[in-house]
Amino acid sequence: MDASNYLYISALLFTIGAVGVVVRRNAIVVFMCIELMLNAANLSFVTFSRINGDLNGQIMAFFTMVVAACEVVVGLAIIVTIYRSRRSASVDDASLLKR
Amino acid sequence: MNTSQSLVYLIALPLAGAALLLLGGRRTDKWGHLLATALSASSFGVGLYQLSQMLGRSTEARPVSQKLFEWINVGTFNVDAGLLLDQLSICFVLLITGVGTLIHVYSISYMSHDHDRRRFFAFLNLFIAAMLLLVLGDSYLSLYVGWEGVGLASYLLIGFWNQKPAYATASKKAFVMNRVGDMGLSFAIMIAFATMGTVSFAGVAEQVENTSEAALTGMGIMLLIAAAGKSAQFPLQAWLGDAMAGPTPVSALIHAATMVTAGVYLITRSNFVFDAAPTAQLLVVIVGAITLMFGALIGTAKDDIKKALAASTMSQIGYMILAAGLGPVGYAFAIMHLLTHGFFKAGMFLGAGSVMHGMNDEVNMRKYGALRKFMPITFATFGLGYLAILGVPPFAGFYSKDMIIETAFNAGGVKGIILGSVTLLGAGITAFYMTRVMILTFTGTKRWDEDAHPHESPWLMWLPMAVLAIGSVTSGFLLSRGDALVNWLHPLFEHHEEHEHHLLEPIVVSGLALTMVAIGVAIAFVKYSRQEVANIAPENVSVFTKIARQDLMQDRFNEAVFMRPGQALTTTLGATDEAVIDGTVRGVGQLAMSSGSALRGLQNGFVRSYAALILVGAVALIAAIWVVVQ
Repeated sequence: MDASNYLYISALLFTIGAVGVVVRRNAIVVFMCIELMLNAANLSFVTFSRINGDLNGQIMAFFTMVVAACEVVVGLAIIVTIYRSRRSASVDDASLLKR
Repeated sequence: MNTSQSLVYLIALPLAGAALLLLGGRRTDKWGHLLATALSASSFGVGLYQLSQMLGRSTEARPVSQKLFEWINVGTFNVDAGLLLDQLSICFVLLITGVGTLIHVYSISYMSHDHDRRRFFAFLNLFIAAMLLLVLGDSYLSLYVGWEGVGLASYLLIGFWNQKPAYATASKKAFVMNRVGDMGLSFAIMIAFATMGTVSFAGVAEQVENTSEAALTGMGIMLLIAAAGKSAQFPLQAWLGDAMAGPTPVSALIHAATMVTAGVYLITRSNFVFDAAPTAQLLVVIVGAITLMFGALIGTAKDDIKKALAASTMSQIGYMILAAGLGPVGYAFAIMHLLTHGFFKAGMFLGAGSVMHGMNDEVNMRKYGALRKFMPITFATFGLGYLAILGVPPFAGFYSKDMIIETAFNAGGVKGIILGSVTLLGAGITAFYMTRVMILTFTGTKRWDEDAHPHESPWLMWLPMAVLAIGSVTSGFLLSRGDALVNWLHPLFEHHEEHEHHLLEPIVVSGLALTMVAIGVAIAFVKYSRQEVANIAPENVSVFTKIARQDLMQDRFNEAVFMRPGQALTTTLGATDEAVIDGTVRGVGQLAMSSGSALRGLQNGFVRSYAALILVGAVALIAAIWVVVQ
């Protein structure tokens, strides 16, 4: 099977994630979409690793996972805190950092 | 050249007086005027000593010099601050310190009621020191320092009573107009430095033959502008009339006898430049001739005794400048007229001061009249000065002015005839306006204000007047006996054949001049002695009188031609600065600010729009890379 199909899937997943980040208001959903984009990138790394026949891409995928795990911890903490103070998880409500 | 270590004392003594009185403050009030007078007199003593030394030496060995210190030493350009006393400077030194001392003595009494008398004497001493530096400097640069010094002293003294706004304005006017002349002097120095690489008199004199005539003409014209500014010559003459705002001793010393003759000194001192630049020399003559008539015409219409005398000063200095412009034959006569004028004009100014002293500071001659009986000494000294300025033999002016008229006639060709006629006519008009002053002041009926109680001045005031009157009588005879002054100054000036053109015999010239004087006196006599003089200036007078009363429109001319356009220029420059320079700077700031506030709209706080922007940016970047790589 042609490895480039994986890249197409990766692009599709990334696009779905990106659109989700832009159009959805719920912070949890936005967060999941970001995870989707990170994993789309991971899929690309692994695919390129396969195409090139070395392990560099797979190692990068591990790194991405670690970073994603850290990001989840920090991100969820922020979302929970905001929810506690505002009773809302909508990203549009938290728009005080302007002007 | 001989050196003398005592030259510096000529300047140092009065300068020390000025410093002491100015820094000493009120503590020196009691004896300040005496100290200043003593220092001025001791400077005169040093001058006399130098003269006696000079007389004891042979002609070539007469000039003495003193190096004070190394002033400027840059590469090949070296200027030492040095003093030079030669046959020309000694004339000025004795005139300045001699007349200066007399006027110090006069001022002790004249200014005795002024609570600021000490400051007045400090400024007088400052003036003497600066004027001596002017005539003793051995380079144009040293001369320039003295030149500025006398300008400062003149400014301070014209505005001595600066609590009156009109007087303060007059001093500012004099200062500003003098600056125009000073600019000429600084340009002349720059030209000398650029073309000859030296600014000392001796150096420039040596380099003249290696210098192009264009440069010399330029330098000559700049020197002429300088002389015109300081000596109140056309076209920079307008300040002198207003300078009469100063106390009368100042008018006598600075604005009649000494400072205003600095221009004549400058031209005479620069004889080597003018002799090699005929165009500049011709301009000197023209300026002298114009001013001579200009001052004389103004003098005919002035009712203010000091302004009439000021106009006369302007006119007489016109004679000197004219003589100086005639070249080697004229320099000595210019100096001779300068010296005799120093005596009789200073004497007349002091006489005017004495009259004012007795008449509650009234200056309007229409309110004088019949003062002869009340002020006999003032009348006598003023009258001797009057006879001297008229050129009646054997008084001083006869010798000096006749020589100028004669030299003018002998200048050759049409030039000689025009100049001779102008000087003759000037002599006639001088006779008219001076007779007018005499008649209005001393004869006729009393036209005094009611509270006037004229009285003779105290001896401290009439003594200097008497000394100056003696000078007015004898100086001309003494200086011209056996061509004394001409021979004395001879080594300084290059002489060519002197008797080339002899258009008129000396006796004919004297006859013509005396005829003109007689006509002038007669007209004045008919006009002012035979008729009653109104104590208010009549209004229905001819248009010429009206113009002459306004100083021949000199102020209006200056205002219309220089002041208004100058003001317009500065306003335009100001507006340009505001609009273009400041506008650009402010525009840049405005641009940054407005683009900032436009971009601020993007900062809306919505995370999703940020994310969308990042996305769009990333896509655009990738698209761009893709396009480039393809």
